[in-house]
Amino acid sequence: MLKKRIIPCLDIRDGRTVKGVSFINLRDAGDPVELARAYADQAADELVFLDITATHEKRKTLASLVEKIANAINIPFTVGGGISTREDVSVLISSGADKVSVNTAAVLEPELISRLANSFGSQCIVVAIDAQFIDGEWIVCVNGGRKVTKIRALNWAGEAEGRGAGEILLTSFNRDGTKEGFSTDITSAISDRVNIPVIASGGAGTMEHFRRVFEETSCSAALAASVFHFGEILIPDLKRYLQKNNINVRL
Amino acid sequence: MIAMLKYNSGNIMSVRIALQRLGHDAVITDDPDVISMAEKIIIPGVGEAGSAMEHLKERGLDRVIVSLKQPVLGICLGLQLMCEYSEEGNTECLGIFDTTVRRFPAGAKVPHMGWNDFVSLDDDPLLKGIMKSDDLYYVHSYYTGVNGFTTAVCDYNVQFSAAMRRDNFFATQFHPEKSAGTGARILENFLSL
Repeated sequence: MLKKRIIPCLDIRDGRTVKGVSFINLRDAGDPVELARAYADQAADELVFLDITATHEKRKTLASLVEKIANAINIPFTVGGGISTREDVSVLISSGADKVSVNTAAVLEPELISRLANSFGSQCIVVAIDAQFIDGEWIVCVNGGRKVTKIRALNWAGEAEGRGAGEILLTSFNRDGTKEGFSTDITSAISDRVNIPVIASGGAGTMEHFRRVFEETSCSAALAASVFHFGEILIPDLKRYLQKNNINVRL
Repeated sequence: MIAMLKYNSGNIMSVRIALQRLGHDAVITDDPDVISMAEKIIIPGVGEAGSAMEHLKERGLDRVIVSLKQPVLGICLGLQLMCEYSEEGNTECLGIFDTTVRRFPAGAKVPHMGWNDFVSLDDDPLLKGIMKSDDLYYVHSYYTGVNGFTTAVCDYNVQFSAAMRRDNFFATQFHPEKSAGTGARILENFLSL
Protein backbone atom coordinates (compact mmCIF):
# COMPACT_ATOMS: atom_id res chain seq x y z
CA MET A 1 0.00 0.00 0.00
CA LEU A 2 1.17 3.54 -0.81
CA LYS A 3 2.46 5.23 2.35
CA LYS A 4 1.64 8.71 3.63
CA ARG A 5 4.81 10.80 3.41
CA ILE A 6 6.47 12.89 6.12
CA ILE A 7 8.53 15.75 4.71
CA PRO A 8 10.85 18.09 6.65
CA CYS A 9 11.37 21.49 5.02
CA LEU A 10 14.60 23.50 5.25
CA ASP A 11 14.86 27.22 4.58
CA ILE A 12 18.15 28.15 2.92
CA ARG A 13 19.91 31.48 2.49
CA ASP A 14 23.33 31.79 0.84
CA GLY A 15 23.81 28.05 1.10
CA ARG A 16 23.06 27.85 4.85
CA THR A 17 19.96 26.89 6.82
CA VAL A 18 18.22 30.01 8.02
CA LYS A 19 16.45 29.50 11.30
CA GLY A 20 18.37 28.27 14.28
CA VAL A 21 18.23 24.55 14.28
CA SER A 22 18.78 22.58 17.45
CA PHE A 23 18.79 19.11 16.19
CA ILE A 24 20.38 15.94 17.51
CA ASN A 25 24.16 15.93 17.51
CA LEU A 26 25.09 17.93 14.49
CA ARG A 27 28.55 19.40 14.20
CA ASP A 28 27.21 22.26 12.15
CA ALA A 29 23.48 22.89 12.45
CA GLY A 30 23.67 25.53 9.73
CA ASP A 31 24.87 23.06 7.13
CA PRO A 32 21.92 21.92 4.98
CA VAL A 33 23.86 18.91 3.72
CA GLU A 34 24.48 17.56 7.19
CA LEU A 35 20.86 18.16 8.18
CA ALA A 36 19.64 16.45 5.03
CA ARG A 37 21.72 13.41 5.85
CA ALA A 38 20.39 13.32 9.40
CA TYR A 39 16.78 13.48 8.21
CA ALA A 40 17.36 10.77 5.61
CA ASP A 41 18.80 8.58 8.39
CA GLN A 42 15.63 9.21 10.44
CA ALA A 43 13.53 7.80 7.58
CA ALA A 44 12.13 11.11 6.38
CA ASP A 45 10.36 10.22 3.12
CA GLU A 46 11.44 13.27 1.13
CA LEU A 47 12.96 16.68 1.78
CA VAL A 48 12.04 20.16 0.59
CA PHE A 49 14.61 22.96 0.37
CA LEU A 50 13.27 26.48 0.09
CA ASP A 51 15.89 28.98 -1.01
CA ILE A 52 15.26 32.55 0.12
CA THR A 53 18.55 34.01 -1.12
CA ALA A 54 17.90 37.35 -2.77
CA THR A 55 21.30 38.03 -4.35
CA HIS A 56 22.37 37.68 -7.96
CA GLU A 57 24.72 34.87 -6.99
CA LYS A 58 21.70 32.83 -6.03
CA ARG A 59 21.57 30.45 -8.97
CA LYS A 60 25.21 29.41 -8.69
CA THR A 61 25.20 28.97 -4.91
CA LEU A 62 22.00 26.95 -5.05
CA ALA A 63 23.17 24.69 -7.87
CA SER A 64 26.33 23.80 -6.00
CA LEU A 65 24.34 23.13 -2.82
CA VAL A 66 21.88 20.91 -4.71
CA GLU A 67 24.79 18.91 -6.07
CA LYS A 68 26.15 18.35 -2.56
CA ILE A 69 22.73 17.32 -1.26
CA ALA A 70 22.23 14.90 -4.15
CA ASN A 71 25.55 13.31 -3.28
CA ALA A 72 24.68 13.05 0.41
CA ILE A 73 21.20 11.49 0.39
CA ASN A 74 19.37 8.69 -1.40
CA ILE A 75 15.80 9.87 -0.96
CA PRO A 76 13.94 12.30 -3.24
CA PHE A 77 14.12 16.05 -2.69
CA THR A 78 12.43 19.17 -4.02
CA VAL A 79 13.99 22.60 -4.42
CA GLY A 80 11.99 25.82 -4.51
CA GLY A 81 12.26 29.56 -4.01
CA GLY A 82 12.21 32.21 -6.71
CA ILE A 83 12.15 29.79 -9.65
CA SER A 84 10.77 31.58 -12.69
CA THR A 85 12.37 30.21 -15.87
CA ARG A 86 13.07 26.96 -17.66
CA GLU A 87 16.76 27.71 -17.27
CA ASP A 88 16.38 27.88 -13.46
CA VAL A 89 14.76 24.44 -13.49
CA SER A 90 17.24 22.94 -15.93
CA VAL A 91 20.18 23.90 -13.70
CA LEU A 92 18.58 22.44 -10.59
CA ILE A 93 17.47 19.18 -12.21
CA SER A 94 20.85 18.61 -13.84
CA SER A 95 22.49 19.29 -10.46
CA GLY A 96 20.48 16.40 -8.99
CA ALA A 97 17.15 17.82 -7.72
CA ASP A 98 14.24 15.43 -8.26
CA LYS A 99 11.51 18.06 -8.28
CA VAL A 100 11.26 21.83 -8.26
CA SER A 101 8.48 23.92 -6.78
CA VAL A 102 7.16 27.10 -8.35
CA ASN A 103 5.00 29.64 -6.58
CA THR A 104 4.81 33.38 -7.30
CA ALA A 105 6.13 33.15 -10.86
CA ALA A 106 3.43 30.60 -11.74
CA VAL A 107 0.67 32.82 -10.33
CA LEU A 108 1.98 35.77 -12.34
CA GLU A 109 2.32 33.63 -15.46
CA PRO A 110 0.33 30.35 -15.30
CA GLU A 111 1.71 29.33 -18.71
CA LEU A 112 5.04 28.72 -16.91
CA ILE A 113 3.58 25.52 -15.40
CA SER A 114 2.69 24.16 -18.86
CA ARG A 115 6.12 25.02 -20.24
CA LEU A 116 7.95 23.36 -17.36
CA ALA A 117 5.72 20.27 -17.42
CA ASN A 118 6.29 19.87 -21.16
CA SER A 119 10.05 20.27 -20.85
CA PHE A 120 10.74 18.24 -17.72
CA GLY A 121 7.65 16.08 -17.17
CA SER A 122 4.80 16.66 -14.73
CA GLN A 123 6.37 14.40 -12.12
CA CYS A 124 9.03 16.96 -11.28
CA ILE A 125 6.88 20.11 -11.22
CA VAL A 126 5.40 20.95 -7.82
CA VAL A 127 3.12 23.98 -7.61
CA ALA A 128 3.34 25.60 -4.17
CA ILE A 129 0.19 27.44 -3.13
CA ASP A 130 0.20 29.82 -0.16
CA ALA A 131 -3.40 30.30 0.93
CA GLN A 132 -4.92 32.82 3.33
CA PHE A 133 -8.45 32.69 4.76
CA ILE A 134 -9.97 36.10 4.08
CA ASP A 135 -13.66 37.01 4.40
CA GLY A 136 -14.80 33.41 4.30
CA GLU A 137 -12.65 32.42 1.30
CA TRP A 138 -9.26 30.75 0.88
CA ILE A 139 -7.30 33.16 -1.32
CA VAL A 140 -3.87 32.69 -2.97
CA CYS A 141 -1.13 34.99 -1.72
CA VAL A 142 2.32 35.49 -3.25
CA ASN A 143 5.73 36.98 -2.47
CA GLY A 144 6.01 34.97 0.72
CA GLY A 145 2.54 36.01 1.87
CA ARG A 146 3.10 39.74 1.51
CA LYS A 147 0.75 40.15 -1.42
CA VAL A 148 -2.81 38.88 -1.56
CA THR A 149 -4.27 38.10 -4.99
CA LYS A 150 -7.92 37.77 -6.02
CA ILE A 151 -7.54 34.11 -6.96
CA ARG A 152 -9.39 31.41 -5.01
CA ALA A 153 -6.99 28.69 -3.85
CA LEU A 154 -9.36 25.92 -4.93
CA ASN A 155 -9.59 27.27 -8.49
CA TRP A 156 -5.85 27.84 -8.71
CA ALA A 157 -5.17 24.25 -7.63
CA GLY A 158 -7.47 23.03 -10.40
CA GLU A 159 -5.77 25.20 -12.97
CA ALA A 160 -2.30 24.11 -11.84
CA GLU A 161 -3.33 20.47 -12.29
CA GLY A 162 -4.81 21.20 -15.71
CA ARG A 163 -1.57 22.84 -16.80
CA GLY A 164 0.48 19.80 -15.86
CA ALA A 165 1.57 20.19 -12.23
CA GLY A 166 2.53 16.80 -10.78
CA GLU A 167 1.93 17.70 -7.17
CA ILE A 168 0.59 20.56 -5.00
CA LEU A 169 2.31 21.88 -1.89
CA LEU A 170 -0.43 23.68 0.00
CA THR A 171 0.58 26.01 2.84
CA SER A 172 -2.00 27.58 5.11
CA PHE A 173 -0.76 31.06 5.88
CA ASN A 174 -3.19 31.39 8.76
CA ARG A 175 -1.60 28.42 10.47
CA ASP A 176 2.03 28.69 9.37
CA GLY A 177 4.23 29.05 12.45
CA THR A 178 1.29 28.86 14.88
CA LYS A 179 1.63 25.17 15.85
CA GLU A 180 -2.18 25.00 16.02
CA GLY A 181 -2.53 22.23 13.47
CA PHE A 182 -2.98 21.99 9.71
CA SER A 183 -5.93 23.76 8.04
CA THR A 184 -7.82 20.57 7.30
CA ASP A 185 -10.75 22.31 5.58
CA ILE A 186 -8.84 23.77 2.62
CA THR A 187 -6.47 20.77 2.53
CA SER A 188 -9.47 18.49 2.23
CA ALA A 189 -11.20 20.65 -0.38
CA ILE A 190 -8.13 20.82 -2.60
CA SER A 191 -7.14 17.14 -2.17
CA ASP A 192 -10.66 16.13 -3.20
CA ARG A 193 -10.73 18.55 -6.12
CA VAL A 194 -7.48 17.52 -7.84
CA ASN A 195 -6.30 14.07 -8.89
CA ILE A 196 -2.60 14.78 -8.17
CA PRO A 197 -0.95 14.35 -4.76
CA VAL A 198 -1.29 17.20 -2.26
CA ILE A 199 1.24 17.98 0.48
CA ALA A 200 -0.29 19.67 3.55
CA SER A 201 1.82 22.36 5.18
CA GLY A 202 1.57 25.03 7.85
CA GLY A 203 0.66 24.63 11.50
CA ALA A 204 2.16 21.32 12.60
CA GLY A 205 2.71 21.41 16.37
CA THR A 206 1.95 17.94 17.69
CA MET A 207 1.87 14.36 16.44
CA GLU A 208 -1.92 14.49 16.69
CA HIS A 209 -1.98 17.27 14.10
CA PHE A 210 -0.36 14.89 11.61
CA ARG A 211 -2.83 12.14 12.47
CA ARG A 212 -5.76 14.50 11.98
CA VAL A 213 -4.64 15.83 8.61
CA PHE A 214 -4.26 12.26 7.32
CA GLU A 215 -7.57 11.11 8.84
CA GLU A 216 -9.64 14.13 7.85
CA THR A 217 -8.27 14.81 4.36
CA SER A 218 -7.07 12.78 1.40
CA CYS A 219 -3.67 14.54 1.31
CA SER A 220 -0.70 12.36 0.38
CA ALA A 221 1.97 13.95 2.58
CA ALA A 222 2.50 16.39 5.44
CA LEU A 223 5.34 18.89 5.66
CA ALA A 224 6.77 20.70 8.67
CA ALA A 225 9.87 22.63 9.63
CA SER A 226 10.43 23.84 13.18
CA VAL A 227 8.89 20.92 15.07
CA PHE A 228 11.45 18.71 13.36
CA HIS A 229 14.39 21.11 13.46
CA PHE A 230 14.07 21.70 17.18
CA GLY A 231 13.57 18.04 17.92
CA GLU A 232 10.07 18.63 19.37
CA ILE A 233 8.88 15.78 17.19
CA LEU A 234 11.26 13.02 16.12
CA ILE A 235 10.31 11.48 12.80
CA PRO A 236 10.68 7.84 13.96
CA ASP A 237 8.38 8.57 16.96
CA LEU A 238 5.88 10.33 14.70
CA LYS A 239 5.80 7.42 12.28
CA ARG A 240 5.32 4.85 15.02
CA TYR A 241 2.48 6.96 16.42
CA LEU A 242 0.80 7.21 13.02
CA GLN A 243 1.25 3.49 12.42
CA LYS A 244 -0.44 2.75 15.77
CA ASN A 245 -3.32 4.91 14.60
CA ASN A 246 -3.71 2.84 11.41
CA ILE A 247 -2.10 5.36 9.10
CA ASN A 248 0.27 3.66 6.68
CA VAL A 249 3.79 5.05 6.84
CA ARG A 250 7.25 3.81 5.92
CA LEU A 251 9.07 2.80 9.10
CA MET B 1 32.58 -0.35 -17.26
CA ILE B 2 28.96 0.54 -16.58
CA ALA B 3 27.17 2.59 -19.23
CA MET B 4 24.12 4.71 -18.51
CA LEU B 5 21.98 5.46 -21.49
CA LYS B 6 21.59 9.17 -22.18
CA TYR B 7 18.29 10.44 -23.53
CA ASN B 8 16.08 13.50 -22.98
CA SER B 9 16.30 15.75 -19.97
CA GLY B 10 15.60 14.79 -16.40
CA ASN B 11 17.54 13.87 -13.33
CA ILE B 12 19.72 10.90 -14.24
CA MET B 13 22.56 12.18 -12.04
CA SER B 14 20.96 10.42 -9.07
CA VAL B 15 21.56 6.99 -10.60
CA ARG B 16 25.19 7.79 -11.25
CA ILE B 17 25.66 9.15 -7.73
CA ALA B 18 24.00 6.03 -6.28
CA LEU B 19 26.45 3.85 -8.24
CA GLN B 20 29.39 5.97 -7.07
CA ARG B 21 28.25 5.49 -3.50
CA LEU B 22 28.58 1.75 -4.12
CA GLY B 23 32.07 2.25 -5.51
CA HIS B 24 31.28 2.12 -9.24
CA ASP B 25 31.45 4.93 -11.72
CA ALA B 26 29.34 5.02 -14.87
CA VAL B 27 29.66 6.72 -18.23
CA ILE B 28 26.59 8.53 -19.45
CA THR B 29 26.43 7.98 -23.18
CA ASP B 30 24.28 7.53 -26.26
CA ASP B 31 27.16 6.14 -28.33
CA PRO B 32 26.12 2.69 -29.67
CA ASP B 33 29.72 1.41 -29.58
CA VAL B 34 30.24 2.37 -25.95
CA ILE B 35 26.91 0.77 -25.03
CA SER B 36 27.73 -2.47 -26.86
CA MET B 37 31.06 -2.80 -25.10
CA ALA B 38 29.93 -1.96 -21.56
CA GLU B 39 29.86 -4.72 -18.95
CA LYS B 40 26.49 -3.56 -17.70
CA ILE B 41 23.97 -1.09 -19.02
CA ILE B 42 21.44 0.99 -17.13
CA ILE B 43 18.49 2.67 -18.85
CA PRO B 44 17.51 5.29 -16.28
CA GLY B 45 14.05 6.58 -15.86
CA VAL B 46 12.97 10.09 -16.59
CA GLY B 47 11.21 11.64 -19.54
CA GLU B 48 8.42 10.83 -21.93
CA ALA B 49 8.14 7.56 -23.89
CA GLY B 50 7.54 9.01 -27.38
CA SER B 51 10.50 11.40 -27.47
CA ALA B 52 12.72 8.87 -25.70
CA MET B 53 12.06 6.19 -28.34
CA GLU B 54 12.58 8.74 -31.10
CA HIS B 55 15.99 9.58 -29.69
CA LEU B 56 16.95 5.90 -29.39
CA LYS B 57 15.92 5.22 -32.98
CA GLU B 58 17.81 8.24 -34.35
CA ARG B 59 20.98 6.89 -32.77
CA GLY B 60 20.28 3.30 -33.86
CA LEU B 61 20.18 2.38 -30.18
CA ASP B 62 16.87 0.52 -30.39
CA ARG B 63 18.52 -2.34 -32.31
CA VAL B 64 21.65 -2.23 -30.17
CA ILE B 65 19.72 -2.54 -26.89
CA VAL B 66 17.61 -5.56 -27.89
CA SER B 67 20.71 -7.44 -29.06
CA LEU B 68 22.67 -6.94 -25.82
CA LYS B 69 23.79 -10.09 -24.00
CA GLN B 70 25.22 -8.43 -20.87
CA PRO B 71 23.01 -7.45 -17.88
CA VAL B 72 20.71 -4.51 -18.62
CA LEU B 73 18.63 -2.68 -16.00
CA GLY B 74 15.74 -0.44 -17.01
CA ILE B 75 14.43 1.95 -14.34
CA CYS B 76 10.93 3.49 -14.40
CA LEU B 77 10.58 4.87 -17.95
CA GLY B 78 13.43 2.48 -18.76
CA LEU B 79 11.14 -0.44 -17.84
CA GLN B 80 8.34 1.00 -19.95
CA LEU B 81 10.60 1.45 -22.99
CA MET B 82 11.53 -2.22 -22.75
CA CYS B 83 7.85 -3.17 -23.25
CA GLU B 84 6.06 -3.65 -26.57
CA TYR B 85 3.92 -0.54 -26.72
CA SER B 86 3.10 2.48 -24.52
CA GLU B 87 -0.09 4.50 -24.41
CA GLU B 88 2.11 7.49 -23.58
CA GLY B 89 2.47 9.29 -26.90
CA ASN B 90 1.10 6.17 -28.66
CA THR B 91 4.61 4.73 -28.84
CA GLU B 92 6.03 1.50 -30.26
CA CYS B 93 8.73 0.51 -27.77
CA LEU B 94 11.62 -1.99 -27.73
CA GLY B 95 9.51 -5.13 -27.33
CA ILE B 96 11.81 -6.99 -24.94
CA PHE B 97 8.76 -7.68 -22.76
CA ASP B 98 5.67 -8.39 -24.90
CA THR B 99 3.36 -6.32 -22.74
CA THR B 100 1.54 -2.98 -23.02
CA VAL B 101 2.11 0.14 -20.90
CA ARG B 102 -1.11 1.89 -19.88
CA ARG B 103 -2.08 5.03 -18.00
CA PHE B 104 -3.40 4.46 -14.46
CA PRO B 105 -7.22 4.35 -14.53
CA ALA B 106 -9.37 6.85 -12.59
CA GLY B 107 -9.82 6.02 -8.92
CA ALA B 108 -6.49 7.02 -7.40
CA LYS B 109 -4.26 10.06 -7.65
CA VAL B 110 -1.84 10.14 -10.58
CA PRO B 111 1.15 10.09 -10.55
CA HIS B 112 1.57 7.17 -8.17
CA MET B 113 4.12 9.04 -6.08
CA GLY B 114 5.81 7.86 -2.91
CA TRP B 115 6.85 4.71 -1.06
CA ASN B 116 5.05 1.44 -1.66
CA ASP B 117 5.65 -2.21 -0.74
CA PHE B 118 4.96 -5.46 -2.63
CA VAL B 119 2.00 -7.79 -3.11
CA SER B 120 4.38 -10.57 -4.07
CA LEU B 121 8.05 -11.14 -4.87
CA ASP B 122 9.70 -13.87 -6.91
CA ASP B 123 13.03 -15.45 -6.21
CA ASP B 124 15.15 -13.35 -8.55
CA PRO B 125 18.83 -12.37 -8.20
CA LEU B 126 17.96 -8.68 -8.58
CA LEU B 127 15.61 -8.89 -5.59
CA LYS B 128 17.86 -10.94 -3.35
CA GLY B 129 17.43 -9.94 0.30
CA ILE B 130 14.35 -7.81 -0.40
CA MET B 131 11.18 -8.51 1.56
CA LYS B 132 7.53 -7.99 0.66
CA SER B 133 7.19 -5.35 3.35
CA ASP B 134 10.14 -3.27 2.09
CA ASP B 135 9.14 0.11 0.65
CA LEU B 136 10.56 1.46 -2.60
CA TYR B 137 10.07 4.91 -4.11
CA TYR B 138 7.81 5.24 -7.14
CA VAL B 139 6.84 8.17 -9.33
CA HIS B 140 4.94 7.27 -12.51
CA SER B 141 1.65 7.77 -14.31
CA TYR B 142 1.89 4.69 -16.57
CA TYR B 143 2.29 1.02 -15.66
CA THR B 144 2.42 -2.41 -17.17
CA GLY B 145 0.22 -5.13 -15.71
CA VAL B 146 1.27 -8.45 -14.21
CA ASN B 147 2.60 -10.78 -16.95
CA GLY B 148 4.85 -13.76 -17.56
CA PHE B 149 8.00 -11.68 -16.98
CA THR B 150 6.85 -10.11 -13.69
CA THR B 151 9.17 -10.81 -10.74
CA ALA B 152 7.55 -8.40 -8.24
CA VAL B 153 4.00 -7.08 -7.99
CA CYS B 154 2.95 -3.74 -6.49
CA ASP B 155 -0.60 -2.55 -5.85
CA TYR B 156 -1.89 0.95 -6.53
CA ASN B 157 -5.52 0.88 -7.53
CA VAL B 158 -4.45 -1.88 -9.95
CA GLN B 159 -1.82 -4.57 -9.56
CA PHE B 160 1.17 -3.86 -11.77
CA SER B 161 4.72 -5.06 -12.46
CA ALA B 162 7.11 -3.54 -9.93
CA ALA B 163 9.95 -5.58 -11.45
CA MET B 164 10.36 -7.77 -14.53
CA ARG B 165 13.01 -9.98 -16.01
CA ARG B 166 13.72 -11.72 -19.29
CA ASP B 167 17.12 -13.45 -19.44
CA ASN B 168 19.74 -10.66 -19.13
CA PHE B 169 17.11 -7.89 -19.17
CA PHE B 170 16.02 -6.62 -15.75
CA ALA B 171 13.63 -3.76 -15.07
CA THR B 172 12.10 -1.95 -12.11
CA GLN B 173 9.18 0.47 -12.05
CA PHE B 174 10.47 1.95 -8.76
CA HIS B 175 13.58 4.09 -8.45
CA PRO B 176 16.25 2.11 -6.59
CA GLU B 177 18.53 5.18 -6.65
CA LYS B 178 15.97 7.12 -4.57
CA SER B 179 14.90 4.29 -2.29
CA ALA B 180 17.34 4.62 0.61
CA GLY B 181 19.07 1.42 1.82
CA THR B 182 16.59 -0.96 0.19
CA GLY B 183 17.22 0.61 -3.20
CA ALA B 184 20.98 0.48 -2.70
CA ARG B 185 20.67 -3.24 -2.02
CA ILE B 186 18.93 -3.75 -5.37
CA LEU B 187 21.59 -1.77 -7.24
CA GLU B 188 24.23 -3.82 -5.47
CA ASN B 189 22.48 -7.00 -6.57
CA PHE B 190 22.56 -5.76 -10.16
CA LEU B 191 26.23 -4.80 -9.92
CA SER B 192 27.16 -8.24 -8.64
CA LEU B 193 25.32 -10.15 -11.41
